[in-house]
Amino acid sequence: MAKMMYRDAVVSTIAEEMARDENVVCLGEDIVGGMGTPGGPEAIGGIWSTSTGLFGKFGADRMIDTPISESAIMGAAAGLALSGKRPIAELMFADFIGVSLDQIWNQLAKFRYMFGGKTKCPAVIRMAYGAGYNAAAQHSQAVHQILTGMPGLKVVMPTTPADVKGLLRTAIRDDDPVIFLEHKALYGVSGEVPDDPDYMIPFGHARLSRAGQDVTIVSTGLLLGFCEAVADKLAAEGIGCDVIDLRTTSPLDEEAILDSVEVTGRLIVVDEAPPRCSLGADICALVAEKAFASLKAPPLSVNPPHTPIPFARELESAYLPSVDKIEAAVRKVLSYR
Amino acid sequence: MQLSREALLRAYRQMKVIREFEERLHVDIQTGEIAGFTHLYCGQEAVAVGVCEHLSVEDKIVSTHRGHGHCLAKGCDVNGMMKEIWGSREGLCKGKGGSMHIADVDKGMLGANGIVGAGAPIAVGAGISCKIDGKGHVAITFSGDGACNQGTTFEAMNMAVVTKAATIFVFENNHYSEHTGFEYAVGTNKDIASRAEAFGMKVWRGDGTDFFSVFETMREVLEYVRVPGNGPAAVEFDTERFFGHFEGDPQRYRGPGELDRIRAERDCLKKFRESVTAAKLLAHEDLDALDAEVLEAIEESVRQAKAADRPTAEDVLTDVYISY
Ligand SMILES: Cc1ncc(C[n+]2csc(CCOP(=O)(O)OP(=O)(O)O)c2C)c(N)n1
Ligand SMILES: [Mg+2]
Repeated sequence: MAKMMYRDAVVSTIAEEMARDENVVCLGEDIVGGMGTPGGPEAIGGIWSTSTGLFGKFGADRMIDTPISESAIMGAAAGLALSGKRPIAELMFADFIGVSLDQIWNQLAKFRYMFGGKTKCPAVIRMAYGAGYNAAAQHSQAVHQILTGMPGLKVVMPTTPADVKGLLRTAIRDDDPVIFLEHKALYGVSGEVPDDPDYMIPFGHARLSRAGQDVTIVSTGLLLGFCEAVADKLAAEGIGCDVIDLRTTSPLDEEAILDSVEVTGRLIVVDEAPPRCSLGADICALVAEKAFASLKAPPLSVNPPHTPIPFARELESAYLPSVDKIEAAVRKVLSYR
Repeated sequence: MQLSREALLRAYRQMKVIREFEERLHVDIQTGEIAGFTHLYCGQEAVAVGVCEHLSVEDKIVSTHRGHGHCLAKGCDVNGMMKEIWGSREGLCKGKGGSMHIADVDKGMLGANGIVGAGAPIAVGAGISCKIDGKGHVAITFSGDGACNQGTTFEAMNMAVVTKAATIFVFENNHYSEHTGFEYAVGTNKDIASRAEAFGMKVWRGDGTDFFSVFETMREVLEYVRVPGNGPAAVEFDTERFFGHFEGDPQRYRGPGELDRIRAERDCLKKFRESVTAAKLLAHEDLDALDAEVLEAIEESVRQAKAADRPTAEDVLTDVYISY
């Protein structure tokens, strides 16, 4: 085990996989940085420092610094994937899927199926998502809700550095397009990471981060930590929460959720995206459909409101689900009837 | 054409307001009191002011992530902007937008924009609207050397030509898009205007660090685009940004002494002062008086921003349709 930050787990996993497989190439804006400047290549890398040192190790052919052209970046990833390479394309902010969505949604996601299964499409699309930086409506969004709804994509949302390592490796070695969502507020978080160069976490396997008998809380990303804080607080009062970190929203670990709800009879989903047609609504529906008889209270989803993300500090913190809001939701399902 | 004394004083004042607004933000941001990402326009003032001094409130502009200068030049209220950047509910956008989303549609300022390349298509729509109205108004989009590589910019240029939109594409080449040099990222041999030319537009080029170059170039551009039926045009201004890409950028991509050199040799305010005083159009004392007045105005805007009402949780839910 080695202790490292979430962002370093990203860099080191990419480096290990690039060293292992020469077909792995990276592309994105400022992933080298400093190109065409007096400071020269790598004078300064991307703003999240998720590709530091890779250009020096792997060179310009495999570390492709691009102009600001998200549609072409995603399209190039699709073309690389159809031509024997394993691209890792980076979007600096997840919000920029808006510029590049056709290439992700109508191209990458659909090739294998539309082509009758005759091709693989091994592309990883990494992007920094989430609120917490007061970066306002176009630089703070959690986009899993949109992408999880697209057949053909796998969607990964790691919470811990160890999960970054295990899930990113699985993503890079996967033959389908994988959306890899990195929460920007977690980049600086440290944790133990296995040394095994083949450490992989299979998709569709959730992680139980707290165990309890009374309420099931499902979440992932930044908000998972809020859920854990609530679970720890309630544990002192003798209330036990199962806290389930989904790790991937597609595929979804239905079994982990249903097994837990069968014991607890109560479900809270804590989701960073707006409520309509959301991951929260989806999982509540799943549980209503498949674990109805176990339910002791209506399943509840805690989301931000159905608004764009506001700028000011007071507004953004009112927008995001908070520890208090999650605790209130847990108490609400516990006091039902 | 010789500008009147009033016009010269006004142009200088506008540039100075932008300069001091930004210099002050640069200081205040370091205290941690201002949230979010802020991209300062300092160094490029001559472009915003040289363009906008020709415009009326009916003319539209669409801006970028580096929008403060365009907003101020188009007439957005200094205090309203400062309050917005400080996240107050008295801000121009009630603290909901912040630095990257300042807008004042009533002033013809259709928004700064956090999405690089999003502005150009919007200016095509606004330019088509101007064409339909037939009153000789125009829509202007400001884009950087980075934004000129977006597909949206290319589509907008072609569509403006095809629809004969009264749209002007103003490219501000400050040589960097974030941490990348334009010599790397712009394939057309350091030349952005030639792209617009290839789409069938009339193009101009000017020195974006010289107010008079921008102003005179824009006079010609506007004379052309204001004629109904002429369609769009483009102009590239070479300019400099004095601060980092965003506040907090360590700027390791710059060359040794680069920042000192551009501040010494390519400062539009210094150049303006030198040329108008050498030509005896204005005296140093005139400009010094304006400097003092502007500094006080900015100080006042910060005082107001600090004292202004903060937004509340209920404000999150206004200005949007929510049916449940
Ligand atoms: C669609 C999109 N891609 C990337 C970014 C991140 N970004 C913000 S500004 C910028 C550089 C823009 O460069 P340029 O157009 O030259 O404008 P300048 O910053 O020099 O004013 C980048 C890459 C963004 N905001 N939107
Ligand atoms: Mg630029």
